[in-house]
Amino acid sequence: MTDTDDPDVTIDSKDASCPGPLMDLIGKVKTLDAGTVVELQTTERNSTTDVPEWLEEAGHDLVEIEERDDYWSIYLEVN
Amino acid sequence: MHRIAIVGGGTGGTVLANRLASELQTEIADGNVEVRLITADPNHVYKPTFLYVPFGKKTVDDAKRPIEELVDRRVTLTIDEVTDVDTDQNRLSLADRTTSLRYDQLVLATGANLEPEAVPGLAEGAHHFYGPDGAERLRDELADFTEGHLVLSVVGVPHMCPAAPVEFPLMVDDWLRERGRREDVEISYTYPINRAHGLESVADWATDLFEERDITLETFFNVDEVDPDAEVVETVEGTELEYDLLVAIPPHRGSDLVIDAGLGEDGWVDVDRHTLEATAAEDVYAIGDVADVPTSKAGSVAHYEAGVVADRIASRARGQTPTAIYDGKTVCFLEAGMDEATFIEFTYGEEPYVREPSKPLHWTKLGYNESYWLTARGLL
Repeated sequence: MTDTDDPDVTIDSKDASCPGPLMDLIGKVKTLDAGTVVELQTTERNSTTDVPEWLEEAGHDLVEIEERDDYWSIYLEVN
Repeated sequence: MHRIAIVGGGTGGTVLANRLASELQTEIADGNVEVRLITADPNHVYKPTFLYVPFGKKTVDDAKRPIEELVDRRVTLTIDEVTDVDTDQNRLSLADRTTSLRYDQLVLATGANLEPEAVPGLAEGAHHFYGPDGAERLRDELADFTEGHLVLSVVGVPHMCPAAPVEFPLMVDDWLRERGRREDVEISYTYPINRAHGLESVADWATDLFEERDITLETFFNVDEVDPDAEVVETVEGTELEYDLLVAIPPHRGSDLVIDAGLGEDGWVDVDRHTLEATAAEDVYAIGDVADVPTSKAGSVAHYEAGVVADRIASRARGQTPTAIYDGKTVCFLEAGMDEATFIEFTYGEEPYVREPSKPLHWTKLGYNESYWLTARGLL
């Protein structure tokens, strides 16, 4: 089993327009412990670049971005 | 009797009540329809006025008028607080009444609320211009502020009037220049994501102007905590920024009424973005800031949404199928200083075009602010 098969927290930001998904993620990450694996679900293409940039800025790890049929799953680990 | 209940006396609720009074005047006169507006505040408040209060251009009294002066006499006005929405029984409970009100169609227009206490130290350490008390305190502070670091920090997204955070540093820059104080004041602007604004075209426009006017831009800046004694802002990203005068756009929240009614988990009503009908209940609409739609929380949005919902409700009251839809139309003026402004207009998924700021657009904005009271009456 990999981290992405069973995230600890899933944030459903589908249909939220930019910067909604990133703001949903930032609001949630503040409350999580180090080591928590998060899946952010987004239909906003910009999130696939904005979110990794923010993770680098804030010092969290991008695990994987997976393209689904009609949304993206962005997996990350909180540091 | 077909009962239409509107909760909230801001722009959305007031425009809607007046539009319905006009559209359904025959049905109301015949006693077949009732339009009731329920609001806890006996005053209607035009919040964009508060942006001008810190600069001494307006007073907080300029922002309000008794709502009974603005509402059509055919509207039944109830000054009271709605404490519970029962969407199964189509009933509202009121704070000061033992009886409840039944509705056939309900519109929630309860707006957004400021929540500075959501961030430690923010309420004590920061000023804001999003309410009467905050705007007056900032006016007094600014009047005596002669040197140091002024920081405008966008802490909460989404927030009311998405243009205002960009407008404030441009206005204060100009205002300080006029008073010969600008060279002794450093100005910074912070925004949570990797650009100066959620809308890319506005971000690009503001970034160029900030550079031109020596306003420092800090991005990916999410405030975690404010230390009012040390006068330092700390971020989630691990950065610190010292300030002498902190002006913040506080976090906003929806309404407990919405959460308790099961209409939206975070206090904003989940709605269909085109029909503005609640997704979790029948016969319920939401307009204005409380409606969770993918555009800005702006007065123009509430205004256009009110027009759409008035048409839909009137159609249903007449037994017709509603056809009016909201396309996300949003119009915002943006002040670029104390005497020039631009404006933007866009719909869902559309990127606005930002025109070159000009003095005529500034005076158009001030003119609109005065004629707003005609908008509230449903005349514009």
